[in-house]
Amino acid sequence: MSNADRAEDRAEDRGRGSTRAGFAVLGVAIKREPRVFAISTIGSVLFGALTVADAWVLGWSTDHVVLPAFRDGEIDSGLLWAVLALFLGVALLRAVGIVARRVGAGIMQFRLQAASRRAVTRRYLALPMEWHQRHPTGQLLSNANSDVEAAWSPIAPLPMAVGTVAMMVIAVGQMLVADLVLALVGLLIFPVIIATNVVYQNRSQGWATRAQELRAEVSEIAHESFDGALVVKTLGREPQETERFAARALELRDTNIRIGRIRAAFDPVLAALPNIGVLVVLAAGVERVSSGAAAPGDVVTVAYLLTIVSFPIRSIGWLLGEFPRSVVGYRRVQAVLETQGELPYGDAAVPAGDGGAAIEVADLVYGYTPEQRLLDGLSFGVAPGRTVALVGATASGKSTLTTLLTRLVDPASGAITVDGTDLRELAPGELARVMAIVPQTPFLFDDTVRGNITLGADYSDEEVWSALRTAQADGFVGALGDGLSTRLGERGTSLSGGQRQRISLARALVRRPRVLILDDATSAVDPEVEQRILAGLRQGSEGTTLVVVAYRKATIGLADEVLHLADGRIVERGTHAELLDRSPAYSRLVNAYEHSTEHQTDHQAEQVTR
Amino acid sequence: MTIAEDRADDTAQPSPAPATPRNRSNSTVLATGEDMRALQTIRRGLHYSPELKEGLLGTLTLAVVASSGQVVVPIAVQQTLDRGLSRAGGPDVSFTVLLGLVSLVAVLLTTWASYAMTSRLFTTSERGLATLRIKAFRHVHDLPLLTQNTERRGALVARVTSDVDQVSQFLVFGGLLFVVSVGQVAIATVVMLVYSWQLTVVVWVCFAPLFLSLRFFQRKLSESYSTVRRQVGALLSAISEPVVGASVVRSYAVESRTQARIDEAVARHQKASVRAQSFTAFSFSLGGVSAGLANAGVLVVGVWLGFAGDVSAGTVLAFAFLVSLFVGPVQVGTQIITEAQNAIAGWRRVLGILDTPADLVDPGASGRVLPRGPVDVRLDDVGFAYPGGPPVLSDVTLHIAAGSRVAVVGETGSGKSTVAKLLTRLMDPSSGAVLLDDIDVRDVAEASLRSSVVLVAQEGFLFDDTIMANVRYGKLDATEADVRASADELGLADWLGALPAGLATRVGQRGESLSAGERQLVALLRAHLADPDLLVLDEATSAVDPHLEMRIGRALDRLMSGRTSVTIAHRMSTAEGADEVVVVDRGRIVQRGPHARLVTEAGGVYAGLHASWTAQHGPAQHTPAQDD
Repeated sequence: MSNADRAEDRAEDRGRGSTRAGFAVLGVAIKREPRVFAISTIGSVLFGALTVADAWVLGWSTDHVVLPAFRDGEIDSGLLWAVLALFLGVALLRAVGIVARRVGAGIMQFRLQAASRRAVTRRYLALPMEWHQRHPTGQLLSNANSDVEAAWSPIAPLPMAVGTVAMMVIAVGQMLVADLVLALVGLLIFPVIIATNVVYQNRSQGWATRAQELRAEVSEIAHESFDGALVVKTLGREPQETERFAARALELRDTNIRIGRIRAAFDPVLAALPNIGVLVVLAAGVERVSSGAAAPGDVVTVAYLLTIVSFPIRSIGWLLGEFPRSVVGYRRVQAVLETQGELPYGDAAVPAGDGGAAIEVADLVYGYTPEQRLLDGLSFGVAPGRTVALVGATASGKSTLTTLLTRLVDPASGAITVDGTDLRELAPGELARVMAIVPQTPFLFDDTVRGNITLGADYSDEEVWSALRTAQADGFVGALGDGLSTRLGERGTSLSGGQRQRISLARALVRRPRVLILDDATSAVDPEVEQRILAGLRQGSEGTTLVVVAYRKATIGLADEVLHLADGRIVERGTHAELLDRSPAYSRLVNAYEHSTEHQTDHQAEQVTR
Repeated sequence: MTIAEDRADDTAQPSPAPATPRNRSNSTVLATGEDMRALQTIRRGLHYSPELKEGLLGTLTLAVVASSGQVVVPIAVQQTLDRGLSRAGGPDVSFTVLLGLVSLVAVLLTTWASYAMTSRLFTTSERGLATLRIKAFRHVHDLPLLTQNTERRGALVARVTSDVDQVSQFLVFGGLLFVVSVGQVAIATVVMLVYSWQLTVVVWVCFAPLFLSLRFFQRKLSESYSTVRRQVGALLSAISEPVVGASVVRSYAVESRTQARIDEAVARHQKASVRAQSFTAFSFSLGGVSAGLANAGVLVVGVWLGFAGDVSAGTVLAFAFLVSLFVGPVQVGTQIITEAQNAIAGWRRVLGILDTPADLVDPGASGRVLPRGPVDVRLDDVGFAYPGGPPVLSDVTLHIAAGSRVAVVGETGSGKSTVAKLLTRLMDPSSGAVLLDDIDVRDVAEASLRSSVVLVAQEGFLFDDTIMANVRYGKLDATEADVRASADELGLADWLGALPAGLATRVGQRGESLSAGERQLVALLRAHLADPDLLVLDEATSAVDPHLEMRIGRALDRLMSGRTSVTIAHRMSTAEGADEVVVVDRGRIVQRGPHARLVTEAGGVYAGLHASWTAQHGPAQHTPAQDD
């Protein structure tokens, strides 16, 4: 089987089997927004009924006004006024119907979207970090955005489709009243149009999905290639990158052309079917009129009905076409909404007090699985106002420990207490009142500098500036166009990594936390600036209990006590000097930086010898 | 201070702080083509995508045939009524049968024409736009913007993706459809005129309010949809907060504030969307009202004209059908005009890329080839400034002997990173010349330059693929054995062996499944496999795991042997290990020489740098170097 054949199979598979599930999603939507649905459906039925009425008015006018007028050469002016009023009344009501249908469908669709987005993001805020860590960022973003959109996408054509069904029923009724035989023609044409539509949707749906995937791939390649521009350029790999991009772009082109060909085949057929129907009605009509079985007006009515009803029939196809996408989106959204497992909170408060808080960590065990322990029986205490440095190689458990200290996750066993209270017993928000963490990777909100630092809490500008000063961020913030009111984040001014870290630090400092945790929080800051920050920290926040994850000696040197972590355990503890003295492993670790110097010096010596 | 410097080495912040990025980014302006007019845009577009012109005449002919199919049925109705049904003395059956057959053939013919037209339209449009997309992608890689202004990358991606899609949507669904719609309105008008000019005037008068209000609605629509687009951006950004910033939101207990921000963004998006939808609905309903008005007008005026003997009953009824022919294209046309503005704007943006000149000119076929072997480097009175900006480098003259190791040191913003960019020809100097083996880099063939000179940047960028594929990026025809040999040579074989799937380990997006240090190792392997004669390194500043740091040091060392190497040093240890240190200060070379001599030059820039570094990191203890 060739690749193209397989792709075709895949594409067709996607088109099937979601009709029932799609109707179920519609059921949910209607149950949630019954009133708006009713309004838009009434609007749509009104539109449908009046579209049919238009034909009836035309037929009536033909028989009672136009033909008699031309036959008799005179007309009652009242009749003319009636025609005018009828046409205009029908047109205006129809406009009302259109507006009710479209606006109603819009309100319904966007309300459902908004409700789902609120619900999904509420789950995001409630679910624990562990859950967040298990799910890729991109997936969570699309759950709240494109999946929500996809889930409710059939709402847009829904009222129109319902109205069309109503219109078809009325039209067929009208045709039956007009003439039984002529109506039969209509009854034959409608099902053929619907069937053609369904076949069309099934054939094109899979390809449309494939095109969507390819668009995503083309975009990913462009993103990656532009992100890696430096590597691409300096290795002269532009031709290969272009080739890689072109391969997907050309596949997208071919898929789009395929979709276009399917469309090209079906659209004209769908347009031609009612026309052929009208021709058949005319042929049959001549026979019916000459035998006296039907009036010319009946023929006109049936022909006109066929023309106007057959176009909206497509909306049923549009509705069914949205189903596969909708069902997938809806299921993804539901999966998030049905996830349970929030962190439970107690109602205890941390006893009020000035200065640092005491931290006690007892026999702490944590791991994703019982076998794979990231922290394995950690115990230590930090007295109020003391500074502890966590030192260890990658994956020794330093960052994991900080996530437990801030209760982003709970331990498998063991406990952490702050001033004697177990973190799990604290009321929501209570821990944040006494403790602040500055993560290695800063996160900035799409907000002003001020908003990013206060996070909505009530701090004066003076307090904010003071925190910025300690974080060595007052200089560049002062130079921003609008000072504290400058917008940062995705759609604002962008800052360098070190600047972002300093804003994130100021956010913690402004709270005057009793416990401050720095998780390698100044890694992107110049050493000199880092020095000034640390000096400021020691001066300005005496009494704060400080836990620092650090690499640089100057930082480690500030600590009253150093915990050397390896494989999730504390292997050594003491002052920096003690550990250097006592532990070869520790010395190796913190001196590794300098070792590279030593090595290069050796090399230089070698070269000289040579 | 330039934006490039600022991004490369995080800026220390003594005042005065740098100007806002807005003021600084003038060096990297991307043509948006905003001054281009619609017709000019289309002409330029056709120039870059010649496929679009292929068979255009045929497609247009088919379009005319296809749209004329619309009038077949109304004419048939009229003829049947007048000559078949209402004929004095009973219907003319043989005439209506003949008429029916002729109409059927006409319908089938126009259906085929419509198929052929749409099919051709899709084929040429998609082919033309694929060409445009690929050309634009290729050209983006030649823009200085890409390597200098990281903030604009998202916008560049949009230009080769969604902007092109928008043009494509427009071309296949809008462009010709608009022509066809106008054609249909014209044909309907002509047919109406043939029947009765008076009734035609009635129809046009009834539609006049619609045409006149078009501009108003169009403006309102495009306003409200641009509001929707803005709100979508705000919505996405708000939604990302509880996801990307999950741990910050949690640890600062700002859940309710975050939720309130999201709710607000959701509500605004909802409001804007409903508003836009309402405008669409109102403008759409106008067409229906006009049609009703026209129908009534035609009947009333038609009957009145009938008394004067100017029109027949069939004519009046045919008009009812013709009016419905009129409404459809008018509504379609209205919608297309709105979309057209967006599409043309998108097209302009894509063309804007192609119209932005690449600032590095490839000498092409006349390019010279660098001889193999360590490169002799010469900077000859080099100056550099971004357009309109202050000088970043001035009067830099420097000779680096083939095979030597040079470290370039200096404060943040001193211009040292610019030296790396000039050596690797990511930029050309504003004055003076960069000579490699006595050949001006501007005269070196691109392929030769890129295979002889390799830059290892601060952040080792990796592609979302296996380690193997990433390493082979340095030498496309390398075998697995070559890669393993490289790893052995750099002393990285045991590190590779310890990875879960060895060389087949996937590195994730941007290499993020690996640690920063591991990414560096892969980048070094990649550079080793590329086997350059001049290696330019921009050293990483941020701390990586000490064990890896050591490994990186050793691998680097082996990588540098047998080549000329220039390291932009952020650590003094690197400078200490170099054959020669070049000290850059405020865009000028202020000192050069071996570490041992420079460090003794009291009051020199280098001695200052060294002192502050030692204060930060402390003297290395318990190392042989210190014990000496």
